Amino acid sequence: MEIERHEYDVVVIGAGGAGLRAAIEARQQGKRTAIVCKSLFGKAHTVMAEGGAAAAMGNVNSDDNWMVHFRDTMRGGKFLNNWRMAELHAKEAADRVWELEAWGALFDRTKDGKISQRNFGGHEYPRLAHVGDRTGLELIRTLQQRVVALQQEDYETHGDYEAYIKVFQECTVTRLLKDASSVHGPAGAISGAFGYWRETGNFILFDAPAVVLATGGIGKSYVVTSNSWEYTGDGHALALLAGANLINMEFIQFHPTGMVWPPSVRGILVTESVRGDGGVLRNSEGKRFMFDYIPDVFKDKYATTEEEGDRWYTDQANNRRPPELLPRDEVARAINAEVKAGRGSPQGGVFLDVSTRLPAEEIKRRLPSMHHQFKELADVDITAEPMQVGPTCHYIMGGVEVDADTGAAAVPGLFAAGEVSGGMHGSNRLGGNSLSDLLVFGRRAGLGAAEYVNALPARPAVAQESVDAAKAEALAPLERSGENPYEVHHELQRTMNDLVGIIRKAEEVSEALEVVEKLKERVELVGAAGSRIYNPGWHLALDLRNMLLVSECVARAALLRQESRGGHTRDDFPGMNPEWRRKLLVCATPDGAAVTVEEKVQPPMRKDLFDLFDLGELKKYLTEEELGNAE
Amino acid sequence: MSYKAKFKVWRGEGGEGKLEDFTVEVNEGEVVLDIIHRLQATQAPDLAVRWNCKAGKCGSCSMEINGKPRLGCMTRMSTFEEDETITVTPMRTFPVIKDLVTDVSFNYQKAREIPSFTPPADVRPGEYRMKQVDVERSQEFRKCIECFMCNNVCHVIRDHEENKPAFAGPRFLMRIAELDMHPYDVAERKDSAQEQHGLGYCNITKCCTEVCPEHIKITDNALIPMKERVVDRKYDPLVWLGNKIFRRKS
Repeated sequence: MEIERHEYDVVVIGAGGAGLRAAIEARQQGKRTAIVCKSLFGKAHTVMAEGGAAAAMGNVNSDDNWMVHFRDTMRGGKFLNNWRMAELHAKEAADRVWELEAWGALFDRTKDGKISQRNFGGHEYPRLAHVGDRTGLELIRTLQQRVVALQQEDYETHGDYEAYIKVFQECTVTRLLKDASSVHGPAGAISGAFGYWRETGNFILFDAPAVVLATGGIGKSYVVTSNSWEYTGDGHALALLAGANLINMEFIQFHPTGMVWPPSVRGILVTESVRGDGGVLRNSEGKRFMFDYIPDVFKDKYATTEEEGDRWYTDQANNRRPPELLPRDEVARAINAEVKAGRGSPQGGVFLDVSTRLPAEEIKRRLPSMHHQFKELADVDITAEPMQVGPTCHYIMGGVEVDADTGAAAVPGLFAAGEVSGGMHGSNRLGGNSLSDLLVFGRRAGLGAAEYVNALPARPAVAQESVDAAKAEALAPLERSGENPYEVHHELQRTMNDLVGIIRKAEEVSEALEVVEKLKERVELVGAAGSRIYNPGWHLALDLRNMLLVSECVARAALLRQESRGGHTRDDFPGMNPEWRRKLLVCATPDGAAVTVEEKVQPPMRKDLFDLFDLGELKKYLTEEELGNAE
Repeated sequence: MSYKAKFKVWRGEGGEGKLEDFTVEVNEGEVVLDIIHRLQATQAPDLAVRWNCKAGKCGSCSMEINGKPRLGCMTRMSTFEEDETITVTPMRTFPVIKDLVTDVSFNYQKAREIPSFTPPADVRPGEYRMKQVDVERSQEFRKCIECFMCNNVCHVIRDHEENKPAFAGPRFLMRIAELDMHPYDVAERKDSAQEQHGLGYCNITKCCTEVCPEHIKITDNALIPMKERVVDRKYDPLVWLGNKIFRRKS
């Protein structure tokens, strides 16, 4: 059968916040742009983001500015962050939020009519632009409607809505294509992408010199996760298979507060805003246990008594914040430890209580979707009783190694933005820094791709052999009558959850790697019953390749990093080690199958950024050598 | 606490299909979507269903459960008797692609036909100032998760294919109301709502409001006020006269 073929300048894979913002930018730069997404347009996982988008607009506290935001971001990431990304992010987030407003977004307001900002873990000032607790929905809808607005402009000018920007929805990309020669540009440059329509099972080929990956994360490799089915590490795997590198793959954020009951919703997110707005964590003895878990590096920034913590909500100038608002990795580990010590809630979590802290009406106004979610799914009224919560796999800090300014990966023509890229968040992401990350780096990747295309002498060519190989690979599960892919998936999820989860040990991670090797063999044999038409079994069989590759990266990097930092906690190496802070672990697949990991030294922080910190604080993180060089 | 439930699930593709019987395990706290997933994992791996967030936030898993439009992820099994047969069918107003998955492109077409947010030319990003009370009305409509169940249930198009070209459906009439009530939107919305998007077809039976999983008061807060705004313009003698004269000119 003939393969449907399309020519574009820029193909964006993924239609969440980063993908849409990249596509909007590419189109605004005059590039013919395709958006390819696995779900319907407007359903991407960004809709799940609740708390807000962090941007130092200073609307609520005028002391806030990009430098404070930058410092908070670096601290949250335990200084492993790519400092250039953290700098760009802190400087540009406010413009990106304001731009959304000009595209129709309606954020909650301050009394003087500006965008309201709320407190969140690790942020020194109220910083998150928000709409109740459904900020992600507002963000994705606004970007979706901006795409439509651009299509309407194109209709006016060209008589065709899809003349310059088209959404290919329910379409999955399985391979990136490259030009092996250097006839048309740099050798090994991206020349397109290959995929299938979920609806028909027919194949589709994009002939394009630039591809922006914006596919989000990898949570579906874990059983307990806040992530949707789409989060199968597609972009991570596509990048690896195309020859790009992944960094920081050992760092996975377990959000401290996922639902723990009923079982079918285990892992679904309970927004950090509950704590930002006054909610507290208690164990089965009724104790606010977070006061026992303030790490040394944060000792002087957090309240030591409940009274001081409570005063902070109304007087932030004279009190320190409550420890419930420590960065997410700290809170997740604390909850884990309380449950392990036998002080958990009946269903294996801890209690998160806002009912005794705010009037019922205020809770419903500030946290409407949490109220709704618990009422409808767990039959719990959060205005009257505490929630039960526990850690859930939420976000991967690691991803495609990119140039901070342009989002360019090591492969010419390949770009990445959002969760699929690595570096920005270091070893741990602060809440609220994801939505702003999507906007800042989505725009930059779209711009980077457009400028790359402008500079190309000719379009790289699509090689027929690679199309044939991609086609054969995609059809293989349908032609076999092997094992059910759901069983392989389930075993992978259990393995990663139990052996490469929130607390890690060398033996367990090694065991996980052995299981992954065996699962790789089993995936070669899985069969998908049924036709090519909207066949979820077949789709899962194809996604498994990506989940296994990414899981292997996570496990291999986790085994090598002999320290605990942010989203990587080693039971056998509990401390932070400044020598390890300087090292990034870089994953690649030179042969397209096995994962290799190499160490790479981080470039030292630029002097003016270095000087934004007290030397006393830097001493907690940096080596003597680094401190000496800076003086 | 688990039991075996009887399900009838509509299966088919290419315009043909039928209800198939299944007996399937149900555990405490599960929702209908969990059961559909269990069918996929154990009995029907190619059973097609859309879903994403599984928390009522994305609006992907719209289906009809015992004839009522519902989100599969928000319909708890505990709301049914254990011996009750549960019938799951695709949304009726849209063409079926396969099993529970329908072609919802109608909605995306309609979305494109509504002119986008149009702010005044002289307001720059960062300069917007709006009172909370002035944005709350539109914010309610922006809670919409685009599950399209309101459009699915609306009798104007549910069994009337012929009305589809002229009628945007509750979802997009509400979008017009949202923009009309946006403090900074300057585009004309009222006449076009009536004349191009079919507001007049709505006879406020409130079916859309009843099925809205976000509990948006679509009829009372969006459609009726919009109708009132249209009427104000239409029957205001001055506006009426102005329209008359304008029309004559053109």
